[in-house]
Order: sequence, then structure tokens, then C-alpha cells
Amino acid sequence: MTAPVLEVENLQKHFPIHKGLLRRQAGSVRAVDGVSFAVRAGETLGLVGESGCGKSTVGRAVLKLIDPTGGRILLDGEDVTELNAAGMWARRRRAQIVFQDPYSSLNPRLSAGAIVGEPLENYGLASGREKTNRVAKLFERVGLRADFMRKFPHEFSGGQRQRLGIARALSVGPALIVADEPVSALDVSVQAQVLNLLIDLQEELGLGYLFISHDLAVMRHISHRIAVMYLGRIVELADKRALFTRPLHPYTEALLSAAPIPDPTRQRKKLVLQGDVPSPANPPKGCHFHTRCPYAIARCKVEDPVLREALPGHQVACLRREAGPDALPLPA
Amino acid sequence: MQRNQPAPLLEVDNLHCHFFTLDGVVRAVDGVSFSLQRGETLGIVGESGCGKSVTAMSILRLLPKGLGRIVDGSVKLEGRELTTLGDADMRSMRGHQVSMIFQEPMTSLNPVLTVGLQIAENVERHLNVGRKAAMERAVEMLRLVKIPDAERRVNDYPHQFSGGMRQRVMIAIALSCNPQVLIADEPTTALDVTIQAQILDLMLELKQKLNTAIIMITHDLGVIAETAQRVLVMYAGRKVEEAPVVELFQRPLHPYTQGLMRARPRLDVEAEEQGRRPRLQEIQGMVPALNRPILGCAFAPRCGYATDRCRSEAPGLTEPVPGHLVACWEATKIAGMGHA
Repeated sequence: MTAPVLEVENLQKHFPIHKGLLRRQAGSVRAVDGVSFAVRAGETLGLVGESGCGKSTVGRAVLKLIDPTGGRILLDGEDVTELNAAGMWARRRRAQIVFQDPYSSLNPRLSAGAIVGEPLENYGLASGREKTNRVAKLFERVGLRADFMRKFPHEFSGGQRQRLGIARALSVGPALIVADEPVSALDVSVQAQVLNLLIDLQEELGLGYLFISHDLAVMRHISHRIAVMYLGRIVELADKRALFTRPLHPYTEALLSAAPIPDPTRQRKKLVLQGDVPSPANPPKGCHFHTRCPYAIARCKVEDPVLREALPGHQVACLRREAGPDALPLPA
Repeated sequence: MQRNQPAPLLEVDNLHCHFFTLDGVVRAVDGVSFSLQRGETLGIVGESGCGKSVTAMSILRLLPKGLGRIVDGSVKLEGRELTTLGDADMRSMRGHQVSMIFQEPMTSLNPVLTVGLQIAENVERHLNVGRKAAMERAVEMLRLVKIPDAERRVNDYPHQFSGGMRQRVMIAIALSCNPQVLIADEPTTALDVTIQAQILDLMLELKQKLNTAIIMITHDLGVIAETAQRVLVMYAGRKVEEAPVVELFQRPLHPYTQGLMRARPRLDVEAEEQGRRPRLQEIQGMVPALNRPILGCAFAPRCGYATDRCRSEAPGLTEPVPGHLVACWEATKIAGMGHA
């Protein structure tokens, strides 16, 4: 098994809440509340969850685009948690990000060639003719014509812009790419093009992907392993096959059953969750999910479940998946 | 097409909507016809810019004034022509006989009015009742859309509700005067998947209860499969296919519909070939610009079946299978191949 390109241990990110005239801190939003995982070379780890679950904050914190409140981050085996901006700058050659919105993540005043070439110059990897040649190769690699280098972002379609974002991330030769909802803003027909490109690049270059998305179908397609987040915590982490065929956490089960399936003949028993996601500023005590969980028992309201291996390679944070009198029967 | 069927509730015939922009005339809707029966759910599916929302907006005559307008065609509700109706008559129609809910539950409510007032406003205007009766109706509607503690919540403002709850309020407003037609434009797209399931459940339940006909506009084939009885597929301002929902999913005839269905990864099927992730079937290229005339079939440049005829002559709708319409020169051939 290859070494992890990214390891995260007990990552936390708390955002302060200020109140009143003096902007005194009145509490904090525990956007990420103790998350651990690893991404290996050539592997896609999917991070899935609904809005506000902290998945994007995790993506930004592992690159230290925002400073984590606690925990450890290891890039290529090196602890970068305490590095300052300059130290981090050097490491970012190895870890890049692709954003969701291909409209706001490209500088409208730079030509496409300059956007993709800028990191090469920043890191002193190439300049002049050499840079132009490498940018042209990158364009070709992501499926853009080399003569598009002279165009500006507004002249590109959404899918082409996302290709530009990918080319920019690839330019410095990263080992890890954090992809934050990279296809969510795209139409279905264009989504397929970008997903295929991402998979091709991964297989060719051995990239590790931390792939963040709310879209379960996309997740099932691109990921090798998937972590499900709810209110700042990972509630389940498993191989995608295990997760989709035998979800162990009640929240995962609900997510899977809620997603609409494009098959009108299929009769599904839906587990429709009642109520909304509670506020991350004031999450429920005990298991964060107990307020909406159909299987919750008295213990769930007071005891914090720990992410544990319930089956080989299949971790879940649920009191009712622990051995004992309260254990739910394992799904077939 | 509509053999042995009662007169349709809503009939859209040869609708053309153009937008007059600095870049020329954009043919957003380019000759679309369909009908809607009482109590039926009609799905309209397509990607951004295909004209599905503009079609909906033009039924209610909500196109931005001075920019877009209906240039040809007719929209009839119970035989009454809407495209030529006076502004006052149109206003008394909107929110009464025909209502609409929008994608963005955040921006489609008035932030400075309580939700109760926003429901009551519609009721007072159309049902000719006083404030007190209208507020009672508002509470009743909030209960109907399952907002807990409705008597108290009726006095709350939109910002005090979550996204899913706001969409419930929108539905309450839209249904407050028992409309015959409810147009839902991507009603769950902005919502999380567990909330989406709640709202779709609610809409289907209310439809059963109130027998409202629904036009469900979405880009999501999953939502279509779970809600619609009949489906219309749009591409570049034109209707390319129309069929009952099961028929459409089992036997899509238009290459674009087939492409859409294959391009989307499946949630319910493990897609692996010898342990590797298979390639998704892309639809090559992109949607044509609508501000230039499209010669022939709009999908031809992206279509694997396209012939010279497709590139020069626009295909009309044919009915190779009863009840299943398709606009494709090669449809008979494609149907004969017994689609995979």
C-alpha cells in the first residue's frame, strides 16, 4: 500500500461568534470537530455531507488556507500544522485545490495562458518560451486547444473554465488535489467530461484526491473510499462499495435513501428524515444526529459516539453499532 | 396524440419567446407545444439555457419587460387565451388559477413581511376575504405544509425559517387559493438531499389531496423519475422528446435524452469494470448559442447519429410509438436498434 500523501489527525476548526457592541466572543461554531483520515497516492477519498457539515472547511484547513484550531496535518509525511505562510508556500507545490465556482475562481483580467502559467513562474519552474510550451502542454492535457491561451475567462464556458482551474492546479506537479465540488456548477453533459478528465489524470499521474461533494452519485463514481460528515464530525468512513451497499450509520442510510433515483419503476422505501440539520453553533449533546435519528435511544442523547472500526476497514461513529445489548442487527 | 382524452387544462401551442439583447435576438423558446391534463404532473427536463424556465415564465407572463417577450404562439388555460390577456386580468390569474414556486427560497420571500402576511396577501387579493379570514387561512396553509406550531410561526419572518421551511412557506403561498396549475421551477435544487426528499414528499402528498396539476421543471432526472407522469425533454429552446415517464426512461429515443441518461453516474448501480472506474459517456461539445439561427437539428453537432440531413433540415415531431413524441430524423432507426 502506498504512503499517504495527506494525513489528518483530530483536525478542528472553530469559528468565533461575536456578539454585542464590544464584539465579545459569545461562543464558537465547531465547523470541524475532530476529524481524522488519510489520502494515499492514486486514491480518491470522498468527503460527503450536506451544507454546513464542515466538508469545505476541512478542504481549506488541510491546505492551511484557513488556520486549523487544533489537530495535525501531514503532507507527504511532513507535519505542516505549525508552518508559517512562507513555509506553507513552499509545500503548496505538492498540494493544490480546484474550486467549485469556475466563474469566480479565475482572474478575469488575466488571459487563460497567464492564469495557468502564473504558478510556474511563482515557483520558478519555468519562464519565457519554456513556460509557454509547458502551458500549451497543460492545455492539451486538459482538453483545451493551445490557441485558447490568448483568450480571457469570460470567453470560456463553465466546463472549459473548470478545465482551466484543473490545468492551473496541475501546473506545479502536485501529489494531492483538493477538489471542492468541482462539478456541482456544471450541467450533466459537461460534468461527465470533467469527471472523466479527473479520473484520467489521477490514473496517469498517481494523484491523491480529496474530493468534496454533496452529490452521492458523483461520489459513488469517482471515490475509492468515502467519509460521511455530519455537523463537523465524520460519522462513517468506508470503501465505497461497503458504504453504498451496507451503510452502517443511520445518517448515511438516510442520505442514500433520500437521493432521487432516475428509475421511475423503482419502488423504494424511503427513510425520510424529519426536521432540519441543527445549528453547528449549538449542536445537540451526545451524538449530533440523535435529534433526527430513527434509532436513537436514551444513551445517544448523552454519550458521544467514537469513530470505530465496526467491520474490517469500515469505521462508524454510532453507539448502536457497538457490541452490547443496544446493538442493531447488521444489515445483510 | 391526445386521443380519447378530455380537453386539456392548459395548452401551450407553438410558443416562441425571444430576448432582445445587445448580442442579437436570443431564441430562448423556439416553437414549443404541450398540454397539461387536470391533476397531472408534467416534468420538463433539460440543461441550463434550454428554455425550460422561460417556458414557465411565459405561461405566467413574467418575462422581464422590454427584454423578453412572447413573439408567437398561444397559451390557453381552460380554453382562455393568456398571451393577449390584459394586465389586470393576468394579475388576478397569477397566484390564483396558476401559481409558481421558484428555486431560491431565500430570495423569493419578502424579508420584511411575516410569512403569515405573505400568505394572507394572496388570499385577500384573490378570494375577496378580510384580513382576519385570510390570516386564518394562512395558519391553515402552514399546517397543511407541516410547519410545526403554525399558530405561532405565522407571525415569524422569513429569516427565522430554514431553507426547507422557507420552501414550505412558498408552497403554502402558491397553494393558498387552490390553483389549478402549480408551476415548480427547480423547487428542490437549492436544498440538501434529506430536505429535498421532505419537500418532494410534501408536494406529492398535497397534489393527491388537492388535485392540482403540476409542471415540474428540473435538470435532475432523478427528481423527474420520482414525481412526473409525463416528461418533456428540451434542448436549445425546442422540445426534442415527450413521453410517459416509464416509457421515456425505458426507451429514450432522442440521442440527447439517451446522452443525458448515460452521462450521469448512477447511485443505485455499482459501476466498476475489472476493479476500475469506467468512463462516463460524455456528450461531446456544448450547447449552441441561441442568438444565431440554428440550421437543422440543434443537437446535430454533438450527435453520433447525425447525417447531412440533420445538419440542414430541422426535424419535426413524429410519434414512432403511440404517446411517444420525438424530433429526430434517425428516431425510427434508433428505435429499431432496441436501445441498450
